[in-house]
Parts: sequence; structure tokens; C-alpha cells
Amino acid sequence: MSESALPDTPEVVVPRQETPFARFVSEYAESPVAVVSFVAVVLIVAVALFAPWLSPQNPYDLAQLDIMDGRLPPGAKSPEGWTFWLGTDDQGRDMLSGIMYGLRISLGVGVGSALIACVIGTALGLTAAFAGGRVDGSIMRLVDLQLSFPAILVALMILAFLGKGVMNVMLALVIVEWARFARTARSAALVEARREYMEAARCLALPKWRLIFRHMLPNCMPPIIVIGTILVARAITLEATLSFLGLGVPITEPSLGLLIANGYQYMLSGKYWISFYPGIALLVTIMAINLVGDQLRDVLNPRLKR
Amino acid sequence: MSELTLDVQGLSTHFFTRAGVVKAVDDISFSVARGRVLGLVGESGSGKSVTGFSLIGLVDPPGRITTGKILFQGRDLTKLDERELRDLRGNRIAMIFQDPMMTLNPVLRIDTQMIETVMAHDNVSREVARQRSRDALGMVGIPSPEERLTSYPHQFSGGMRKRVAIAIALLHRPDLIIADEPTTALDVTIQAQILAEVQRLAREVGTALIWITHDLSVIAGLADDIAVMYAGRIVETGAVEEVLDRPLHPYTHGLIGSVPSRNARGSRLRQIPGMTPSLLNLPVGCAFRSRCPRADAACAADPPDSFPVEGRTLRCFHPQLEMVA
Amino acid sequence: MTTWMLRRLIQAVFVMLAMTVIVFIGVNVIGDPIEILISPEADQAERARAVAALGLDKPLWEQYWKFLLGALQGDLGRSFVFNEPALKLIAQRMPATLELALTAVLMSVVIGIPLGLYAGLKPSSLAGRTIMGVSILGFSLPSFWVGLMLIMVFAVQLGWLPSTGRGQTAELFGVQWSFLTANGLAHMVMPATNLALGNIALVLRLTRAGVRENLPMDYVKFARAKGISPSRVVFVHVLKNIMIPIVTVVGLEIGGLIAFAVVTESVFAWPGMGKLIIDSINVLDRPVIVAYLMMIVLLFIVINLIVDLLYTVLDPRVRLENKE
Repeated sequence: MSESALPDTPEVVVPRQETPFARFVSEYAESPVAVVSFVAVVLIVAVALFAPWLSPQNPYDLAQLDIMDGRLPPGAKSPEGWTFWLGTDDQGRDMLSGIMYGLRISLGVGVGSALIACVIGTALGLTAAFAGGRVDGSIMRLVDLQLSFPAILVALMILAFLGKGVMNVMLALVIVEWARFARTARSAALVEARREYMEAARCLALPKWRLIFRHMLPNCMPPIIVIGTILVARAITLEATLSFLGLGVPITEPSLGLLIANGYQYMLSGKYWISFYPGIALLVTIMAINLVGDQLRDVLNPRLKR
Repeated sequence: MSELTLDVQGLSTHFFTRAGVVKAVDDISFSVARGRVLGLVGESGSGKSVTGFSLIGLVDPPGRITTGKILFQGRDLTKLDERELRDLRGNRIAMIFQDPMMTLNPVLRIDTQMIETVMAHDNVSREVARQRSRDALGMVGIPSPEERLTSYPHQFSGGMRKRVAIAIALLHRPDLIIADEPTTALDVTIQAQILAEVQRLAREVGTALIWITHDLSVIAGLADDIAVMYAGRIVETGAVEEVLDRPLHPYTHGLIGSVPSRNARGSRLRQIPGMTPSLLNLPVGCAFRSRCPRADAACAADPPDSFPVEGRTLRCFHPQLEMVA
Repeated sequence: MTTWMLRRLIQAVFVMLAMTVIVFIGVNVIGDPIEILISPEADQAERARAVAALGLDKPLWEQYWKFLLGALQGDLGRSFVFNEPALKLIAQRMPATLELALTAVLMSVVIGIPLGLYAGLKPSSLAGRTIMGVSILGFSLPSFWVGLMLIMVFAVQLGWLPSTGRGQTAELFGVQWSFLTANGLAHMVMPATNLALGNIALVLRLTRAGVRENLPMDYVKFARAKGISPSRVVFVHVLKNIMIPIVTVVGLEIGGLIAFAVVTESVFAWPGMGKLIIDSINVLDRPVIVAYLMMIVLLFIVINLIVDLLYTVLDPRVRLENKE
């Protein structure tokens, strides 16, 4: 074996020194669809963040709205001379501006709730994995119970008790999503706990928190990031659905879902744009995040690699 | 030579993977006569199983038969279409698989799996097919076959499952049975019982048998002829006593040396140094040369088939012609 | 087997009890029932009288006990809006929802399994890859948006299908059903398709994954080595194996579909219990909300039990373990 390997050694000695991050980037970039999706996500986030500077109109400033501009089709001119590229809604609100501000709320609620759910779920998942026994059993029982009911039902229940509002929607989303994070974190932790480096760390008699947070958590992150990406998309979808049903965000802070709901009644009379364009914005956002998540899963999942 | 049931000439089966070509079976030739038993011997990964699948046309992509002829009772199987092959499979040529746990469908009852085999080839009623299935189960020594017919595979032990698989192979009294490690994981008494049954079949029905195994002691007691495979090639063939008593290829020699025997008690077991080479992009030349004590510069070329003794073939530049110690 | 059933039943009762506690706390502690029952102009004495009449001055556990006793007798209060027993309202609306959900289940199996088989048997073909690509959409598109698009295209633009309501119904077993009339069926096409989309994608992907997983297995190769026809290998040997996970998942998803019908019913104005619950939440008709939640939890538990039973019937390995 050693003899046959000898002629190859010169090639082995001078590999291009690749940082793990560079390798991650190049593997991610193997799929053009994933790259486009990533760019789309970045653009969408940028639009959401800078909406006040990018949008032609502040859709919440009632002084800027003129009811006479209501329900204008895309491309119509405003009295002041600028164009409503995507038309206006029944209040005379520029749809393009409405969508930009709507994205802000949709993304804010989706990402915010996923982050909180991630922290809570991961903490509980790691606790379950480390404590084992009764603690593990009761946490996972709760996870199973939670996951056996569909998200929409749980969210409905919570909003029925608490009423509408951005905070209540976020709370509902967190309650719906924490269980998936907990399950993912627990299974990742159980795999990691058997690895040699954990054995070594245990032998050094490091404090338990250090063991979990400094040594184990970073290695558990890949699956959590993957599930997190997909859950952000799910949270945005669920928020839009709840808002569409009239149970989500209040009318003063319309997310994409609420914009779609507002246009629904006009769709049957052929004024499609009030619902259609927010729908497209929602769709592109969800698809882009999902595709990024898919590619992340392919790149980060060691099981799929040969 | 007597009537040949199977005559394989220059068969190659290659797998075209993304990493390169795997020459799992590379230019092998052998034959089995009616009623004879051929032992196909080699380590795991030497291409024995792929040889078996090649014979019945069940090599799945990315693998395929690239060259060679498989003459079964004079017909070249590589020229047959899927429909014609299907008529032969399970009917004239049967195969017994390696892993008894996985070969039977876990969610179908034994009778379903046996009756469908009978009815696939013979135009008989369900009742007759059932009757034949029951008889076949009895033949391989399964007690109360009538009740066992309605069982599911998981209700059988591993050895029993293997016997069911063998019973299925025997259903049509085939002309050729390809048995891939059929008795490993069986306990010795059952193994002996099955070996006896198979030998009886070979003698009485004239079934030819290819017994694929890594266990030389089974071959010694059962086979008439032997073919030794190494890294996708057949390195040596011959009558079983001849080859075992006087191995010519250094690999065969090493293989025999590594079998523990009663006579050599107390003496050290010899082992072949090194590991089986990867079949991926195997270089030209004798594949055994990196592990061979007799290798020299000449071995970098492919050794041709030679016929050192009547009835034997060999692929080696430096055969071990002296007697084994 | 019987002890196993008994254990499952006891478990189900416990889950049910836990849900009554959650719902009770949700409705009576987090929300204040007095707020909705009494007009804001009511004076202090009037308030106190109402509190006493509703038993709200009693300790919490006593209130819960009363609620539980009522629930056991099928009394979950009267709807403020319709002034009818809440449970009766739910029961009236349930057939419409069940009809929609079961049609969607049927569609997901009838469409999902053949497409999944095809995609699994020919994974690299153009059609196979297209099926998989489109199925991703089935998962990630927000269902209400798909519903709107269906209405926009097939009802508004093309005018082929009616967009709202149940259409004509006919009576069977004393209940009105849409699927018995042509007009009702036409009304059902879009909502059922909309509701089924996610599940079609799910069944399709499960089937494909099952085929991909089972094809390389030895039992498939052995079946082929027996010389039986390729169609028998696929439709008897492989399909029977992958049916086990599919039946389990489809069964469990029925509950999800009934819950998700909330969205579809709102989009297509389908008068089922999903539409009822949304309307009730919007006007805070709490007895109806409570009745709906209890009903759906009960449905879930019953469905889970049935699926577990089915699973043991389908998989001989599980059947044996449970017998012992």
C-alpha cells in the first residue's frame, strides 16, 4: 500500500489551502439556482430594511394618500405626476410602497419569531440531550404532542385566546416552531455527544456549561441553521395565512398577507393587482428562502456527502 | 467433456461510476457441465456476486456487461431480450441470495411469494401451485409446511428463511442454480443437510450448480470443480482436489494456507499480506502483484491464460509448481 | 392486543383531559369572559350579579369541574351570535368540512401515488424530474394564495368553475352533501384541489422516496430473479412495502386537512366548521371557539387511534409484536 502511494505524494503535499468557509462557498455556488435565490434573499432583505428610503410613498402617512387615487391600475399616473407602477389599493395607497413596507413586517415577524423559537428550542433540545432520563422524556413528550397538532390549529387557538396583534402573532409562531428546533438540536447533540472530541473534553473535566456551549453547540449548528432557514419561510407563510384570515397583524401594520386579503374582494371584479402583486412578493420571498435552505441542507449535511 | 450447461467466454461486467470505471468482472471464462458443481471462490469484493448477477442479466446500472458470451445450453444469454431472460429466470436458472434476512419480501406471506414463482412460468391452477410450494418446503426440511405457508418471513429464523429461499429456487427443478454464499450463517447440521439435498438434486435431476463462497472447506466437500477469483478475474481453475492439493497460483496458495486445519494444529496460520485492491481504475498487470511474494517486473503486464496441466487454467507468470508443504 | 388498545385509550383520555385544561385556561383565565358577556355600561352591582350567575366567583378548580361536567354531557355553552348550542352549530357544519377533507385525501392518494411511482422508477427522466420540481411548489406555496389564483384563473378569467359556496346539495343519511350533485361537485373542484395540493406533493414525495429506497433491496432483486413480471414486482412487492408509511402519513394528515380547511373554506366561502371558527374568533363567540377546539382535538385523537390500528393491520411485523 505504502509503495503504491509514494508517487502520488508530491501532489498531496501541495493542495490549495482552502479555508472551510471558502469550501462552503464554492460548494454552495455549485447550484446556479441557489446562487440566484441567495441574491434574491439579500435583495429582499435590503428592500425591507431600507423601505422608508426606497419607496415612492409612505403608505402609512394618511396625509400622502388621496382616496381619489383609489384602485388605479398599474402604470397609472398620480396627480403629482409620478407613476403607480403596481397600481393603488382602495385607499389610494401606492401598491409598490405598500409591498415594500409589507415585506418589512412579514420578514420582521418571520425572522424574529424564528430566532426566538431557535433560542428556546435549541436550549431545551440540548438540555434534553444532556440531562436524559425524566427531563429528556418530558421535554420530548411535549415536543411530540406539539408536533402532532398542525401549526395552523395551534396558532388559531393561541390567537383565539389572546386576540390579534403583532406580538401575539409572534408568540403564536414561537410556540408553533420551538418544538422543531428542540427536536433537531436534541438529535444533533446526541450524535455529537458520542464523538471523540466530546470524550476528550469530558476527560478534561470542563464545566458542563462550557462543554455544552463552547464545544458542542458550534458543532450542532449546521442542522439547526438548515431547519432555521426553512422555518423562517414557514413562519412567513403562516403569518401571511393568519393575516389573510384576519387573525394576524392589525390593519395599521399591514403585512403581505393582509395586503392580499384587502385586495381579495376586488379580485372578483377584475382588479387583480391589489392582491396579485403582494402575492408575487410573498411567493418570491418564500421560494427564495426555501431554495437557499435546500442548498444549505445539501452542502451542510455530511450524510449526503460521499 | 460432457454436455455443458453453462459456458462463459470472456465475460466482462463493468460499472461506470462518476469516479471511474469499476471492472467488477474482467474477462472471465469458465464452464459448468450438467450435474456438476462449480465452486467460485474468492474474497469479498472479488466480483463473485456480480458474476452471478451477470449470468441472469440482473446487473443494474451503472453496471453492464461489456463483452463476452454466456452460453446457456447453447443459447447466448447476452443476446436475449428482457422478456426471454425473464422466462429463464427462476425457471431454468435459479439464484439463491446471500442474505437470508433480506431476500424474502417482509410484507408478503410465504405462500404468495412461492405461488407467484410457480405461476410465472407454468400455466397451472393456484391449488397446484400451492401444492408444489408445500412440497418444496418439505423438501428443504421445513417441518409442517402446510402451516408455515401462511407465515410471514419474520416468523422464521434466519436459517429457516434461507431454506425457504432455497425451496423457491428448487420450485422449477432448474437446469442451473447460482447459489451466492447460500450456507453461511447456517448452523453446521442444517448446512450439511442442505448440501446433501443440493448434491442429490445435481445427481438426480442433472442440475448444474455454481456455488459462490469464500469458504474453502464447503467447496472441498461439495464441488467438482473450482474457479478462484481475485480482483474481478479468474486466476485459476481446475478440478477441486487438484487445485486444493496442488495450487499453482500464489493467491490460491495463500488462500489455502490461511484456512485453519486440524492437521496443522499449533502451527501458525499464514496470512496473505496487504489488502484486496480497489477495483476502481485498476492498473494494468496482475492485480495480485502488490501482495505476491513471487512478483517481479514481468507482472506489470497482464498475464495470459495458460494451461499448465490438462483440465486446468491459470493466469500467472510465476506459478508455484513445487508441492505445497 | 387488547391491553395495547386499552393503554392507547387511556392515553387518549389523558390527552383529551390535558386539552380541556388548556382550552379552559385559555378562554377563562387569559381572556375575561365577563368582558364579552356584559355591556360596558353595566354598573358594579350588575357586574357582580353576572359574575355570581356564571360562577366566576368560585375557585378555579370548581369552575373547571363545572366546565368538564358540562363538556361530558355535550354542553359547551350557547353561541352568543346564533343563540344556539355551540356543539349543535359545529355538528351542522361538520359534514361540509369532512366532505372537503376526505375528497382532498382521496385526490392526494389517487394523484400522488402514481406520480410518485413514476418519479421513483424513472428518477432521471425529464418527466420524473419535472414532477419533483413541481412538487416543491406544492409544499412551499401558501395555500390561500394558490386558492386566490385558482379563483382568478378558473372563475374570473375563464369562467369555468363557480368560486364560492357549496352549490346544490343532496341528502344522504339525513345530512346534506355536495358530492351527490353535479353542481355541488363543480363547486367542490377548486376548494378540494386547493386543499389537496400540499398533500399530493407529500404523498408523491413519500412514494418516490419509498421506491428509491426499496428498489435496490435484495428482496426486489430476488423477486426479479424468480422471473415474475416487472409490473408485479412494482405493484405487489414494492408498493405493498411503501404503502405502510404512506397510509400512516396520509391517515395522520387527515387531521391536518380538517384543520387547514379553515384557510380553504375562508377563501372559497365554503360553509364548513373552519369558516365558522374564523367568523367566531372575529366576533369573539367563545362558546363556539371552545366547542370547535374540543371537537377537533377529539377528531385528532380518534384519527390517531385508527391510524395506529391500520398500521398494525398492514405491517405483519408490528402485528406479531402486539399479539405477544
